[in-house]
Amino acid sequence: MSEKPQKIQLFHTCLVNEFYPEVGMAVVNVLEHLGIEVNVPLRQTCCGQPAYNTGFQKDAKKAARYTVELLSKTEGPIVIPSGSCTDMIIHQYPILFREDTDFLPEVTAVTKRCYEFTQFLVDVLGVSKLGARLDARAAYHQSCHLLRGLGIKKQPASLLENIENLKIMTIEEKDECCGFGGTFAAKHPDISGSIMQKKIRNIENSKADMVVSCDMGCLMHLEGGLHRKGSTIKLRHIAQVLEAGLQ
Amino acid sequence: MSTFSARVKSVINDNDLQIALSKATTKLSSGREASIASLENADLIRDMARRAKLNILHNLDENLLKFEHRLIDNGVNVHWAEKGTDACEVVIKIAQKRGIKKVAKSKSMVSEEIHLNEALIKAGLQVIETDLGEYIVQLADDRPSHIIAPIMHMTRHRVGEIMHRHLNVPYTDDIKELARYAREKLRSEFLSAEIGITGANFGVVETGTICIVTNEGNARMVTTLPKIHIVIMSLEKLVPTLADLDLMLKILARSATGQKLTSYTTLIHGPKVDEENVGPEEVHVILLDNGRTGIFGSEQAEILGCIRCGACLNICPVYKNIGGHAYGDVYPGPIGSVLTPGLKGLLEWKDLPYASSLCGACKDVCPVRLDIPQMLLSLRKNAIKEKIPFGLKIGMKGFGIITAYPGLYKFIRNIGSLFLRLIGRDGWIKRFPANWLIPTDLLNGWTKVRDFKVPARKSFQDMWIEREKSYE
Ligand code: SF4
Repeated sequence: MSEKPQKIQLFHTCLVNEFYPEVGMAVVNVLEHLGIEVNVPLRQTCCGQPAYNTGFQKDAKKAARYTVELLSKTEGPIVIPSGSCTDMIIHQYPILFREDTDFLPEVTAVTKRCYEFTQFLVDVLGVSKLGARLDARAAYHQSCHLLRGLGIKKQPASLLENIENLKIMTIEEKDECCGFGGTFAAKHPDISGSIMQKKIRNIENSKADMVVSCDMGCLMHLEGGLHRKGSTIKLRHIAQVLEAGLQ
Repeated sequence: MSTFSARVKSVINDNDLQIALSKATTKLSSGREASIASLENADLIRDMARRAKLNILHNLDENLLKFEHRLIDNGVNVHWAEKGTDACEVVIKIAQKRGIKKVAKSKSMVSEEIHLNEALIKAGLQVIETDLGEYIVQLADDRPSHIIAPIMHMTRHRVGEIMHRHLNVPYTDDIKELARYAREKLRSEFLSAEIGITGANFGVVETGTICIVTNEGNARMVTTLPKIHIVIMSLEKLVPTLADLDLMLKILARSATGQKLTSYTTLIHGPKVDEENVGPEEVHVILLDNGRTGIFGSEQAEILGCIRCGACLNICPVYKNIGGHAYGDVYPGPIGSVLTPGLKGLLEWKDLPYASSLCGACKDVCPVRLDIPQMLLSLRKNAIKEKIPFGLKIGMKGFGIITAYPGLYKFIRNIGSLFLRLIGRDGWIKRFPANWLIPTDLLNGWTKVRDFKVPARKSFQDMWIEREKSYE
């Protein structure tokens, strides 16, 4: 295999930037702990997924073109702490630009450099044990785009297994969607809410005190549902539990 | 017709429905998983089946003509029907010409699609559904809610009640007993029907064979006892050869119910020949378009490769929560969300492509690997060319512009974030007050079932910049 990268570009995603900055910092801390230099392209905005999934492909294309052009100017692997946004860039950008033959090579050059956070740690850096330690009972929610879109399943599992003192709780119907689905959550609250309640029931039944995931979209939705119920179950991005107890 | 949202509202809190759906879909899905896992070379077989189906579609005209020739060689009468009403007309004419009053049917989604029963009854014919589920649907004057399990929406208790009320039999919720009631009642009906009507699961181009699979054996009776057998088959049901049929049969029942094969697989080549003593004297095949050719050239053409196993319904989180009726037409679930707008027009059915969280479970389980999420996305793209709320259009236009100008993006974000933090209490918004700055309708869709977390006071980039500065 080629040499391990020394430096990465962080595409932090808009959700992390606006709502969960601590997740971005956790990603940075974990990567720096492993000796990786992190660069944050400050002019990044959003990958375009909200518009794309709602059908507004022209508008999504503007965001996508902008993102590709911005990232093209940088070098090295691009790390994204979200299965959903990674899938958007890797799998949907080439579809969006399939007829723009002039621009397509630039798109593919960028998509080839993109990795979801856990994928980067395990597959590229070859690390699954960081030395983290956390006293908690965690239920892992594998988001759909991570699992089915990117086929990432083992990487987060092996990272979690290697956290000292962390008890991994099994949740029923673990492959099932949580009901988020982006704008679907607001457009069809009755359906989305009904799916979410089942997920929450399964989480509660697992006796976990924490839900861990690689996607803040799912977690924001579940957190909102749990908060409404007055639940004390905590929600964490996987970077936050990997950061815990690092020396 | 009611809107999709209204239909969802009327079912989402129906406890009986939720119990019935959850039981049935879990059973079918786990059956599917185990039986596909035990199939040697399952991935290869699925790939080959997919290829066979897509090849047929690429060359559909030619294949249909070949199929027609084979059918004619086999002594079958072939009819072409552009619309559903044309197909109904053909059936009515066959019956009327011979003075026939009674027809028996085995389960067929395409007959549901063209509202055959209503048309036949209107023409003065008596129609008997012989599939147990369809029979109960008919008794209750209901509609099927699943493409392979028509009464998935009913509990056993409800089925017992229906039988008790309509057949004058003692109430029971014992499945075996209920099936026995139906069988007794149906048997005498079979014997007096003069036309048998079925759909077709597959039509084999090479041999002109019609293949029908069932678990109750009723199709056997419907295709052999009456003098006349009429098959209604939509254009896309073709497979090239008997070897391809074998591939399809390997994955169909496994994906549908978890069985290796259904209890009965019937292959029909034509009417009885003299020395035989069973089988119909006449066989008719109606080849039905009813909107399919409109789908061929579209980005959703692949959907015509569907073999109607129902696996995508059983795994779909949306279907599992709302059942089949809420989709509003005969084909529910992920397959229906692509097929219905394709067959009937996107303008009227544009809610369906949005009835999905795009979780991708359907694509995973589909035996012929149809990329339903991608087709839903392309339908959404087409849907926004139709009428959409002005506010949403402007909002998304704005999104496209803002995301390409980071300065503007930051400015708008800062205002929005400040505003949200102002109306939030302890970091949360339970409901958005009416205001002119943000789309309250959409956001209160969010707060209908969950709280909204207000943005962080300091964005990640702010934190990052501060950190970088502190190092300088
Ligand atoms: S789309 Fe695929 S999974 Fe769904 S019914 Fe058709 S063949 Fe089965």
